[in-house]
Amino acid sequence: MKTRDYFKPLTVFTALCYLFLYLPICVLVAFSFNTSRFSVVWQEFTVQWYVKLIQDPLVLDALKNSIIVAIVAMILSTIIGTLTAYGLFRYRFRGKAIFDGILFLPIVTPEIVVGISLVIFFVLIHINLGLKTIIIAHVAFDIPFVMLIVRARLQGMDRSLEEAAMDLGADEWTTFFKVTVPQLLPGIIAAALLAFTLSFDDFVITFFVAGVGSTTLPLKIYSMVRLGVSPKINALSALIVLVSITMITIADRLQRKSL
Amino acid sequence: MQSGTLRIRILKFFNRHKNTRAFSILFPCIFWIGVFFLLPLVFMGIYSFLERGLYGGVNWIFTWKNYTRFVDPLYLKILLRTFRISFITTVILLMIGYPMAYRIARADKRWRNILLFLVILPFWTSDLIRTYAWMLILRDTGLLNGLLQYLHIIREPLSLLYTEGAILLGLAYVYLPFMVLPLYASIERLDPSVLEAAEDLGATPFWRFLKVTMPLTKSGIMAGSLLVFIPSVGVFVVSDLLGGAKVMMIGNLVQLQFGPARNWPFGSAASFILMAIVLFAVFAYLRFAGGKEALEEAR
Repeated sequence: MKTRDYFKPLTVFTALCYLFLYLPICVLVAFSFNTSRFSVVWQEFTVQWYVKLIQDPLVLDALKNSIIVAIVAMILSTIIGTLTAYGLFRYRFRGKAIFDGILFLPIVTPEIVVGISLVIFFVLIHINLGLKTIIIAHVAFDIPFVMLIVRARLQGMDRSLEEAAMDLGADEWTTFFKVTVPQLLPGIIAAALLAFTLSFDDFVITFFVAGVGSTTLPLKIYSMVRLGVSPKINALSALIVLVSITMITIADRLQRKSL
Repeated sequence: MQSGTLRIRILKFFNRHKNTRAFSILFPCIFWIGVFFLLPLVFMGIYSFLERGLYGGVNWIFTWKNYTRFVDPLYLKILLRTFRISFITTVILLMIGYPMAYRIARADKRWRNILLFLVILPFWTSDLIRTYAWMLILRDTGLLNGLLQYLHIIREPLSLLYTEGAILLGLAYVYLPFMVLPLYASIERLDPSVLEAAEDLGATPFWRFLKVTMPLTKSGIMAGSLLVFIPSVGVFVVSDLLGGAKVMMIGNLVQLQFGPARNWPFGSAASFILMAIVLFAVFAYLRFAGGKEALEEAR
């Protein structure tokens, strides 16, 4: 076909874009296995940086904090976000458009603005900064994302099953838990995994609302980066990227699953 | 049985009050977003009109000073630089993202899903780590300088890091998925028969693109630009790691005030200006891209 003449250069260009997207991450992973500490020359394959990593108590402590924060934030935001998606889908009420708009706000607000406004808030109401404040902040920015993902699933859902359940005498409570939730489950799990990833990876907001002794992995990486590039950071980064990729892949599979 | 009767009572109560039921389902969200997102923004607004106190605190005295300080060329320069960098990033990404999204949308279905997933993956991956990866490549003893020296193209390493160029590169890298995804959504919806019609009527590929494809994918262009411009204006990580203290953006100014400078009111004012720019961009977008559907598109 004549119109496809421009396709070849377009394909090459797109391939280069993908190279651009993935090359830096590949470089990072490759260097995490390189013996040399300073030079860019490839010396020898090693896992010593990973070994050093798991022997570092500070890194392990940060890992523990990160996991606690991500799991608690995931559970809370998944529950709240799912309820919100359901409520917005099911009911009409005055001011719904405004409510919708407000839920859009945390997504577009720069993270640094969220971070500093929260630190002012916590200081003013005398809440000590720590894991608790990190979790509160993470739940707040996770909720809109969970809501959007679950809502997308709701919009593709077959309402007739719910109606059938109600016609057969199930009350709304039973219908919600026995019919609606199972239908939404792949979407809910996908949303939960992405909420976990967002929370696990968050740096900027956590940077402001974390207190002494509540360092998470991204904060640890940042403080290490300030002291300069090191193979240990490469190894830690590679591991975090691996966690994200695993979570996102599963979430993507679930979201593609047809209803 | 106890919980059963309680359940029935709750249901009966809610049946009588339909609005109450909607409210109670939405309450946790209203509470959390209200108390831990909106209220802090209000406090931040108040702080921006207070005087700086000793030892990093505030004095509860009203003042405009934190805003009028932005007339100072030093801070004006930071504001202008932030605008310039964000604008250039958006334009660069439109030029890269459009052909990319177009090619993905025209790929075979099997490939399309894989290609799309490969764009979504970095979208959810840590900005901090993706930015750090560029430090490995750009620093004086980094991969790029090493390669160029090895090939005898240069003798002394080039200072690539801590420049405006490095920030532009980092932003383009981090926000490329934000541009491609909405563009893809609008290009994929494009009806191929319209393009064929244009071709049959004698339009060259160039004019067809300019007069048919582009106007029909306007919503994607607008949404992508918004989704890149907004986080670029508010960026902190990329400019901090790749720009350093030499090339500050608003985000870095805010961090500085809440960190070493310990001037929370001034930092709040800077942050408030940032927020105003973002809201202005969102409203401009809604106005030009056409209201509610546009909002859905951006999501």
